[in-house]
Amino acid sequence: MPGNAVNGGGSGAPGAPAASHLRARGVTRHYGGALPVHALGPIDLDLVRGEFFAVVGPSGCGKSTLLDVLAGLSPPSEGEVVFEGAPVRGEVPDGIGAVFQEDASFPWLTVRDNIAFGLRRTGVDAAEIRRRVDYAVGFMGLKDFSAAYPAQLSGGMRQRVCIARTLVLQPRFILLDEPFGALDQQTRLLMGDELLRLWRETGATILLITHALDEAAMLSDRVGVMSARPGRFIDSLTTGWPRERDSRIVAEPAFGAVTARLWSLLRVESLKAIGTAGAAAP
Amino acid sequence: MSRTAAVAWTRAAVIVGAVVLVELLCHSGVIDPLTLIPPSEMALALADLVASGRIADDIVQTFSTVATAFALSVAAGFLAGALLHALPRVRRAVDPLLASYYAIPFFVFYPLLIALFGLNTIPLVVIGFVFATAAMVISTLNGLDRVPPVLVKAARMLHLSPARTILLVTLPAAAPYLFTGLKLALAYSFIGVIAGEFILSGGGLGFSIAFAYTNFDNRTMYALMLFVLAVATVMNMGLHVWEQRLLRRRARA
Repeated sequence: MPGNAVNGGGSGAPGAPAASHLRARGVTRHYGGALPVHALGPIDLDLVRGEFFAVVGPSGCGKSTLLDVLAGLSPPSEGEVVFEGAPVRGEVPDGIGAVFQEDASFPWLTVRDNIAFGLRRTGVDAAEIRRRVDYAVGFMGLKDFSAAYPAQLSGGMRQRVCIARTLVLQPRFILLDEPFGALDQQTRLLMGDELLRLWRETGATILLITHALDEAAMLSDRVGVMSARPGRFIDSLTTGWPRERDSRIVAEPAFGAVTARLWSLLRVESLKAIGTAGAAAP
Repeated sequence: MSRTAAVAWTRAAVIVGAVVLVELLCHSGVIDPLTLIPPSEMALALADLVASGRIADDIVQTFSTVATAFALSVAAGFLAGALLHALPRVRRAVDPLLASYYAIPFFVFYPLLIALFGLNTIPLVVIGFVFATAAMVISTLNGLDRVPPVLVKAARMLHLSPARTILLVTLPAAAPYLFTGLKLALAYSFIGVIAGEFILSGGGLGFSIAFAYTNFDNRTMYALMLFVLAVATVMNMGLHVWEQRLLRRRARA
């Protein structure tokens, strides 16, 4: 069965031929056991280098499974993922970083040691580690807290520590799994601004998984809409925002049109996911 | 005064008050000196015992036996716990045994251990080890169960090998529970060894307490009991302070 194709647009013109930074073809994920589950796919996906791509879909549609497979944390049951020309199969390739919804800061380390943790294990010399950590601490607004432990920080600040820990490794492809899911709306908007700044400065390709349609609409160049489980891409939408943008975009009339379009694509799938598609669909 | 300081002062006042009360009851004759000697006399008797060097060998024997039982139980308990955590099917089979482990009166096997190993410190090490190991196994399982999976995922994203993930992420994340295991293993090793010495042994603090008891030597008996109590309290408090320091860093604000 062919996967639903979501082709790269991003910084290039939509539909323009461009070498994929990340390509997925016919990717599925099944889980065995007493009750076998077909969790994902088939999925086809092309991401252009430097693109900000968001994935939205109903609860339980396999968004996080998709992230695991693309990051190399979990091998696909079928199909293949190719990152920078090399296949990804259950091993995290160099150049990919991920930030998760749950707090993944190490509570026994200070903010500074948390951020330097991965870097210290890559053979980078001490001066370079110091330089990159100083930059990340400043960039993420953690200067006054570098000696603090995660327990002394708010949820948003702990998430910034996790982003900084990924940032210092200078990934070329960053996967974000609902990183602001546990934060309040105002903080999410501001964290979104920081994420856009990070994206512009690093030039990394970003794939953001979110359940918040406004977040997807505000941050991304392109949004892929997934079906109820097993998750497949049913459509994709190009937002058309300029690269220089921030959370003030939510006041634009076009922003409302993008979120409305996303919801119209997602509504039936969300109803299916909660088991009331027949009763409530128009 | 902070709330913590107030609690500490209240606790100290309760202990001092109880000791003073026992002292007064002993001196007033309400408590028969054949039953209990005044705490002040216990302390003096202990000072005499320590100064005379009479209990030096007992102290060395008991503490070296406890240390051996403790070290073995922590190592074996941790390894068994880690293994059971990695093998969920075996764990399901072993779980009921672990849950009912402390329902077994291990001391009934002590004569058998003496028959097997002779009247030396080996049966004591074995009884202390058997008594303490399950606590370490259970704490290790508890700790490993509570390591958030996202931390292990983060370790994979940071390209840590499985061995480094265990050393640098899993163990520190499980540390508070492993610490509980250490505390329990120490307490159980102590109980196992001293109780074993009580039942049948040629030396050690437990043996000396039992010997003084059978000879109506209340002064020595209570002095030794005070010594054991003081050592257990100091060790426990030391571990408690260390644990609190560890937990304070992690307590969510």
